[in-house]
Amino acid sequence: MLKKSISFPYLLWMIIFVIVPLGIMVYFAFTTSGGSFTFENIEKISQYTPIFIKSINLAIIATIICFFISFPLAYILSRASDNYQRTSMLLLMLPMWMSFLLRTYAWMTLLENEGLINKFLGLFNIGPVQMINTPGAVVLGMVYNYLPFMVLPLYSIMAKIDNSVIEAAQDLGCNIFKVVIKVLLPLSLPGIITGITMVFVPSVSTFIISRMLGGGQNMMIGDLIEQQFIGSTYNPNMGSAMSLILMVIMLVVMGITSSLDDDEREGIVI
Amino acid sequence: MKKIALVLTFLMALFVFPFTENIQAKEKVNLRVYNWGEYVSNGEDGTLDVISEFEKKYPYIDVEYTTYATNEELYAKLKSGAANYDVIVPSDYMVSRMIEEDMLEKINFDNIPNFENVMDNFKNLSYDPTNEYSVPYTWGTVGIIYNKKLVDEKPTSWEALWDEKYTNMILMFNNSKDAFGIALKKLGYSQNSTDKKQLDEAAEELKRQKPVLQAYVMDEIFDKMSTGEAALAPYYAGDALTMISENPDLGFVVPEEGTNRFVDAMVIPKGVRHKEEAEIFINFMLEEEIAKANIEYLGYSTPMQDVYDDLDEEIKNDGISYPDKKILEKCDTFINLPDETNQYVQELWVDILASGQSSVFELIFLIAVILGLGLFMIIYLRRRKKNM
Amino acid sequence: MKRISKIYVFLVMLFLYAPIFVLIVFSFNQSKSRANFTGFTFKWYKELFRNELIMTSLWNTLKIAILAAIFATILGTIAAIGMHSMKKRSRSLYMNITYMPVINPEIVTGISMMLLFVFICSVVNKVFGKGETILELGFWSVLVAHITFCVPYVVLNVLPKLRQMDNNLYEAALDLGCNPIQSFFKVIVPEILPGIMTGFLMAFTFSLDDFIITYFTNGSTLQTLPVTIYSMTRKKVNPQINALSTILFVAILIILVAMNIKQARDAKENSK
Repeated sequence: MLKKSISFPYLLWMIIFVIVPLGIMVYFAFTTSGGSFTFENIEKISQYTPIFIKSINLAIIATIICFFISFPLAYILSRASDNYQRTSMLLLMLPMWMSFLLRTYAWMTLLENEGLINKFLGLFNIGPVQMINTPGAVVLGMVYNYLPFMVLPLYSIMAKIDNSVIEAAQDLGCNIFKVVIKVLLPLSLPGIITGITMVFVPSVSTFIISRMLGGGQNMMIGDLIEQQFIGSTYNPNMGSAMSLILMVIMLVVMGITSSLDDDEREGIVI
Repeated sequence: MKKIALVLTFLMALFVFPFTENIQAKEKVNLRVYNWGEYVSNGEDGTLDVISEFEKKYPYIDVEYTTYATNEELYAKLKSGAANYDVIVPSDYMVSRMIEEDMLEKINFDNIPNFENVMDNFKNLSYDPTNEYSVPYTWGTVGIIYNKKLVDEKPTSWEALWDEKYTNMILMFNNSKDAFGIALKKLGYSQNSTDKKQLDEAAEELKRQKPVLQAYVMDEIFDKMSTGEAALAPYYAGDALTMISENPDLGFVVPEEGTNRFVDAMVIPKGVRHKEEAEIFINFMLEEEIAKANIEYLGYSTPMQDVYDDLDEEIKNDGISYPDKKILEKCDTFINLPDETNQYVQELWVDILASGQSSVFELIFLIAVILGLGLFMIIYLRRRKKNM
Repeated sequence: MKRISKIYVFLVMLFLYAPIFVLIVFSFNQSKSRANFTGFTFKWYKELFRNELIMTSLWNTLKIAILAAIFATILGTIAAIGMHSMKKRSRSLYMNITYMPVINPEIVTGISMMLLFVFICSVVNKVFGKGETILELGFWSVLVAHITFCVPYVVLNVLPKLRQMDNNLYEAALDLGCNPIQSFFKVIVPEILPGIMTGFLMAFTFSLDDFIITYFTNGSTLQTLPVTIYSMTRKKVNPQINALSTILFVAILIILVAMNIKQARDAKENSK
C-alpha cells in the first residue's frame, strides 16, 4: 500500500541520535584522554567488580520481590469485576504521574531514625530500627518505583486467560499450586519476561535511589558512571567503558529472557 | 481534523510567543553564575536578595544562577564541555588547578575597584601567587558539628568521628579531598601529603570508620543535623552557624590536631562571553552592603576589611567564624597536588566507598541465581522441544 | 478467599500511596521540617506562584514535554505506517533500532547523547564560530534527546493498530476517487487514532517525568522541574514543591477519574 520509504526519516533520526552516540561511547571506552587506542579502561574496571556484583544482586532481589508481589495482584485484578479492574488500574498508574524523585525523597521521611515509621514503632517501645542507608532501603526504593512496570504487563496478559482454562485444570485434579505452575505461569510467560526486563534494567542502573536511600555507602553502577561524567571523579573514558559493560550485561539478560519467548515481540504491553 | 489543526496552531503560537519576546529583548545580557549550594543571601526570612538587588542595579543583566555541591563536580562540568559559565566560585586548590590547566581568564582589576578593601593577607595567596585570576569570596575552617543532646562531652579531636559509641550517628564528607584531609590530619600528617604510604594509611583509617557511619553526605547535612537525625559531622564553619541558628542544641569545634582553612574565590572561566559583566558582578559582590548581607546569611568568614570592622564583637570572638590565632597556626590550606596523586586518591576513595559491600555470600548468591536461571532455561527449552 | 485478596490489594495500594500521602500532608505543614507536623497552613501554595525558579522550571518542563510529544508522535506515526508495509527482514531492522532506547539503561542513553551533543557543539564552534561559542547544550539538546527516547513508544503503540486495520480499506478509498493524501487522512488516521493518542500520552508522560537524560544533556542553565527537584533533594526540599506536586496530583486524579467514569458509562451502553 503506502510507500515504505516514508519511514526513512525515522531511521535516519534514530541512527544519528541512537547509534552514533553509542558509537562515540565505544570510541571513548577504547581510547585514552589523549585519543590513542587502549584497553586500559576496560581492564581497570575489574577493580570495581564488587560494585557490579552488588548492583546486579540488588536488582535481582528487587525484580524477584516485584514478581512475587505482582503475580498474585495481577491475577486478582484480572479476575475481578470490570469496575474494580478499572479503578485499581487507575490507582496503580496514578503514582507514576508524580515526580519519582519526590516520592523517593518522601521515603526518606518515612524510613529515617527520626522518621515516621520509627516514631510509630516508638509508641510501642520498639526501635528505633535502622532502616535508611541500608541495602534493604535501596531494594525497597527499587520495588516501590518499578512495581507498576511488573504489574501492568502481567495484568494485561492474564486478563486474556479464559476462566474456563483454569476451571478445566481444576476439574482434571490440579490443586491451586499446580494450576499456577502448569497453567498460569506458562500462559503469562511473555508478560513475565517484559516485566522482568522493565524492572531489572532501571534497577541495576539507578543512581538516584542508591544515593537518596543508600546514604552514599551503597554505591551502584549508576553512581559510578555518573561520577565519571559530572560527579567527583572526572574521567569520561572510564565512564564510557563502564557504560559499555553495563550495556553488555543488559544485552546478555535480554538475550536470555527473549530466547524463552518464541513469538516475535512487537509492542510492549503497557 | 480541523479541531486538531486548531489545537496545533494554538500550541505553536504558545511557543513562538516566548521566543519572539526573547528576540525583542536581545539587548539583555545573560550572566551565568555557578556557585555552591546555599552560598548567597537569597532573600529568605527578611535577608537581602543579592541576585535581584544586582538585577535591579544593572537592569540589562539577567543573572542565571545555578549551584553545585563539590569542587570536583564544578571541574567535571566545565571540562566535559557541556556547560559554559561566566562566574564560578572554586576553592583554593581548585583555583590553582584551573590556572595550571589554563581554564581561567585573567581578571581586569580596573573593573574591580572594591578589591582595595580585601585584607592584605587574602591577596597573593599561594593558589594564585600573582593574584591575576581570582578574587576571594569567603573563607573558613572545617570542624566538627555535634549535637549537645546526643553527645556526652564536647569532642576535641577528629577521633570523635571514629567513636563506636556513636555508631550510626556520624556523618562524613562525601568528597575525597575533605575526607582524606581529615584522615591525614588525624594521623598527624600534612593534608597535602603526596606520600603513597601515608595516603594508604589514611585510606585504611577511612575504611575503619565506615562501619560507624550513618551516611556520606554533602549539603544533606543541613537537614540531618538540624532534625537531630545525626549526632556528629565534620563540615564548614559557616554552615555550622546556619545549622546552629536552626537548632540551638548544636555546637561547633575545631579539633586540636588542626584542620583545613579554605578560601573560596570568584574566577572567570576561559572563553567567557560576557567578561566585562562578570567583572561587574564580582565587584558588586565585594560591595560592603552586599558582602555584609552575604556573610550574615552564610555565616562564613569575610576577607573584606570594611565588612570585618563592622561586625559585632560577639561574632568576632565566638571562635567559629574567626578562630584564635593559635588554632589558625595549626591550619593548612589545600594546594593543588600532582595529577598522579589526585588520581591515586580518587582510586582509593572509590575503593573505600565500595569496601565492605561485597562478601563471598553475595558472589555465591549471584552465581546461584545465574545457575538456577540456566537450569530453568535448559529444562524449559527441552520440554518445549518435546511438545513440538 | 475474596476477603484475603481484597486485603492484599489494599496493602499494595497502601505501599504505593504511603509516600504520596506524606508529601501531601507536609505541603500543609507550618514549618519547613519534613519530620514534624507543626501546624496547618496554606502559605506554601501562595508562595509557590511567586517562586521564579519553580515557575520557570515548570514552564520549561511543559514546553519540552509538549513539543517532544508532538514531534515524536508525527515522526513515529509516519514511521510505523511505513514499517507496516515492509517485508519481514527490513522491518526487523527497524524494530531492533526501535527497541534500542527502550531497553537501554537511561543512564547509557543519557551519557551517550551528551557525548554526541558536546561533539556537535565543538565541531560547530570550531568551524563556524572561530573559537567563539555559538552553539551550546541547552533547550535544543534536551528536546532532541526527549524526542529520541519518546518516538519508540509511539511506534510501538501505532503498529498493533495498523495490524488490526483492514488493508483493503485504503485501496477502497483510492478506488472511490480519493487521492493518496486524502485517503490517508480519511481512512488510515481515524483507524489508528487510539494508538496515536496512547503514544502521544505516553511520550508526554515520559518526557514530563524524565530526570536522568535531562540531567546529562541540559548544559549550563536549563532547569526542568525534575532537575530543580533533584538539586533541592541535596539540600532541603522546599515545601512549595510539595504544594506543586499536590496540585498536579489532584489535577491528574480529576482527569483520570473523569475519563474512567466516561469509560464505565460507554461500557455500560455497549453492553445494553
